[in-house]
Amino acid sequence: MRMPVFSRTKRWLALLGCVLLSSILLSACGDEASTSILNTAGPVAADEKVLFYVVVVLAAVIFLGVEGWLVYSIFRFRERPNTPNPYQNHGNLFLEALWTGIPTVVLFILLFFTIRGLLQVAPEAQPKDANTVTVEAVGHQWWWEFYYPKYNITTADTLVIPAHTTIHVDLFSNNVIHSFWVPNLTGKTDLIPGHDNTKWFIADKNGTYTGLCAEFCGTQHGNMRFEVKAVNTDSFQSWISTQQQTAAAPGNSLAQQGQAIFKNQCSTCHGIVGVDVTQFYNPQQFCNDSLGAGHNYPTTDVHCLIGPNLTHFGSRDLIAGGVLTNNSQACNPTDPNIMKDCHLAQWLNDPQGIKPGNDMNIGQLTTDQIRQLVAYLEGLK
Amino acid sequence: MATRTIGENVTTTTTGVRRKTFSETYVGEWITTTDHKMIGLMYLITGFFFFVVGGMEALLIRTQLAEPNGKVLSPDVYNQIFTMHGTTMIFLFVIPVLSGFGNYIVPLMIGARDMAYPRMNAFGFWMLLFGGIFMQSSFIFNQAPNGGWFMYAPLSEITAGHAYLATPHMNADFWLLGTTLLGISSISGSLNFVVTIFRLRAPGMSINRMPLFTWMILVMSFLLLFALPSLTVASGLLLLDRHVGTHFFDTAVGGDPLLWQHLFWSFGHPEVYILILPAFGMISEILPVFSRKPIFGYTFIAWSGVAIGFLSFTVWAHHMFAVGLPSVAQAFFATSTTLIAIPTAVKIFNWLATIWKGKIRFTVAMLFALGFIAMFLIGGLNGAALAVVPFDYQVTDSYFVVAHIHYVLFGGTAMAVFAGLYYWFPKFTGKLMNEKIGKWQFWFIFIGLNVTFFPMHILGIFGMPRRVYTYPGNMGWNELNLMASIGAFVLGIGVLLFLFNIVNSLKNGEAAGDDPWDAYTLEWDTSSPPKKYNFLEIPVVRSRRPFYDKKYPEIADWKSVIH
Repeated sequence: MRMPVFSRTKRWLALLGCVLLSSILLSACGDEASTSILNTAGPVAADEKVLFYVVVVLAAVIFLGVEGWLVYSIFRFRERPNTPNPYQNHGNLFLEALWTGIPTVVLFILLFFTIRGLLQVAPEAQPKDANTVTVEAVGHQWWWEFYYPKYNITTADTLVIPAHTTIHVDLFSNNVIHSFWVPNLTGKTDLIPGHDNTKWFIADKNGTYTGLCAEFCGTQHGNMRFEVKAVNTDSFQSWISTQQQTAAAPGNSLAQQGQAIFKNQCSTCHGIVGVDVTQFYNPQQFCNDSLGAGHNYPTTDVHCLIGPNLTHFGSRDLIAGGVLTNNSQACNPTDPNIMKDCHLAQWLNDPQGIKPGNDMNIGQLTTDQIRQLVAYLEGLK
Repeated sequence: MATRTIGENVTTTTTGVRRKTFSETYVGEWITTTDHKMIGLMYLITGFFFFVVGGMEALLIRTQLAEPNGKVLSPDVYNQIFTMHGTTMIFLFVIPVLSGFGNYIVPLMIGARDMAYPRMNAFGFWMLLFGGIFMQSSFIFNQAPNGGWFMYAPLSEITAGHAYLATPHMNADFWLLGTTLLGISSISGSLNFVVTIFRLRAPGMSINRMPLFTWMILVMSFLLLFALPSLTVASGLLLLDRHVGTHFFDTAVGGDPLLWQHLFWSFGHPEVYILILPAFGMISEILPVFSRKPIFGYTFIAWSGVAIGFLSFTVWAHHMFAVGLPSVAQAFFATSTTLIAIPTAVKIFNWLATIWKGKIRFTVAMLFALGFIAMFLIGGLNGAALAVVPFDYQVTDSYFVVAHIHYVLFGGTAMAVFAGLYYWFPKFTGKLMNEKIGKWQFWFIFIGLNVTFFPMHILGIFGMPRRVYTYPGNMGWNELNLMASIGAFVLGIGVLLFLFNIVNSLKNGEAAGDDPWDAYTLEWDTSSPPKKYNFLEIPVVRSRRPFYDKKYPEIADWKSVIH
């Protein structure tokens, strides 16, 4: 057991080194955190990273110069016995001009990079790409919903995208202000009610990138994460075609009982295509009128859902704004101790304990009910 | 008091013994006083009291965040605590303490007998005290403001569009009414400063000879006068939305949440300079005295302060780079923010030139003043970084910004406030503060602040958003958060040493004499503490260092320098 202690110490030392030398060496520390803005995986974040380096280099030079000047003065000019009274110097116009001029030049060089970078990542700079995938990111309190208008599918917590393709994001909120941030791929843009903000980004390599809400949005602002999963184009297309299907039928009797519980108790807030709703639909269209959330439209069975659409829940990696991972391999519905490891079971057992304040105010379910629901929901691949 | 005759508002008992009126009792004198010095001290005491309150809120925050999945505070309580930490520190610590120094020092510095409107001065203080108590009393009802110190609509509305969760209870009302009361206090105080500084200067003290602290208080007062109405209007509109059914910030019927942000930040950014300009002024007083030299480039320091004042009204949307403003607007605000960095840099260079070839005395006041330069520089550099818009997209609303504001407000303003207190305490009380404890305090504060706030830069770079009540353990943020929390407690020890030093020095402090630092400005040319009337004779001013001229007539400034 010596090794872990040692590696822990090493990690501390490495971090301490980063703290001390971060202005110069931060690039070397970027790997410490998966959400580091220096672990870039696409051109937008890469352009933003370039500016970080410009800033760091300029700031380091100024920092060392000025602090050096200060520290030198402190040692050189400290009062010693018999120090004569200093010359009473009231100022010098040439020096003033000099140190007004130099910062001005430096700052305007920085401004040049700023405006250049600004135009590189602006919405107008989005590449004209015939394959562009448009998604609508919807901010809820406190989870993310993603709707693909072209394919008419809705998902939550995970945004699946093809790599090497321009992703255009329409940002929509009908409640409070949220902010869309995937540090590895792109900086932030807010979702503001009444404003049609958009952004774009590209993932250069396959992978899973964490996204976070970056505008304070209430009680559970701290648990409003999502992930961006970049896959190759073929996988993306097959994922789309799976997602477009209606929900899988329950595979066994446990799952059938689970479906019955869902219809009975969960369908007020959640939708499953083929069970309580007949089709996917654009949340913006049905959540942005004065009738409000939860309203049932008399002529159709579609309405603005309060909770995530669960049609393909079993294929997702995260639960409830990333507060838990969906570890389906640990979820054996026949296991009476299902609550021990299965996150979905834990969530169904006590959603208010795991994420206090969230909208899932349900009565206490029995262990049997939880096993039935787990059997049903994890089967919705 | 003693000059009153019986029958004039004085009660006598049947035995003929004169009974004290209320205003002659110890408590009554403080309550009824209109003396700028007593009011100044009450501002300082109130400010430091709320500093402790805000500091305890900070320690709760850092305790919760010391480890991932912290369970010390529930999310609702955490949101109240972080909101009140920001609100308390800005509105109830920094502004009152700066007003306290201004109240006490400015009339003395300019050779006046009191502020221009003594009773309005008292009114301003009492509004502050009651506003502060009103706001903190919300904790008793478990309804402390929880929308952040920026109180963004629509989260601060009763309901937000179709959301079920906004702020249905009184939390936001406490904040909106509380800041309005504090706003009234600040407006009356600022008006008083402006009139006092323009009308009550001693003979010979032209604007061009005013001490720089007075200059900066003047600029701060103008900023408050022009910035606060924007906040008051915004608060009023939001109160109407919440209670009368208007829809200024409600999209569903044509309102706009961005209106709140524009109104708030057109107050909020000048506010940042309100919090730092008087600190610049204090540093500009303290460095020369302990370097035994005049301030270098008086005119540049004074007018760069004025330039900052004007420019501060043109930079507000740099808090809003992520809201989707048009690129042209973002470029404009990036440019104005770049411009405001120039006068700030000029000040730093002038301070460095002031100590250059000086004879530096390392009193505690000077240590804090030098520490201010070292730390404020970092706050300036990471602030300029935030003006680099594409980089800002990544780090805005992350811990990087938390690092920035704390280097400005703790590394900057709070260090200057400590420096100011060690410098002027002998004037307030006639006693010196203990230098030895002071040095310990300095090192605790200096190290604690860097251990707390420097890792936050890296947390921001590592993608940690602000205002989260907890975080998962697998993000790579654990060690840095723990480091910051340890630093916060080191800071806490520093503050305890400070409070102990004040109490101890009041009781056991060495006698200071009237002019312990061999200082240059008029507040030292009278007794410590000064009499009610400040000066027996109003001094006549012939240069920027009138007291220096008086003490060293052969080498007086007015003989060699024309200004």
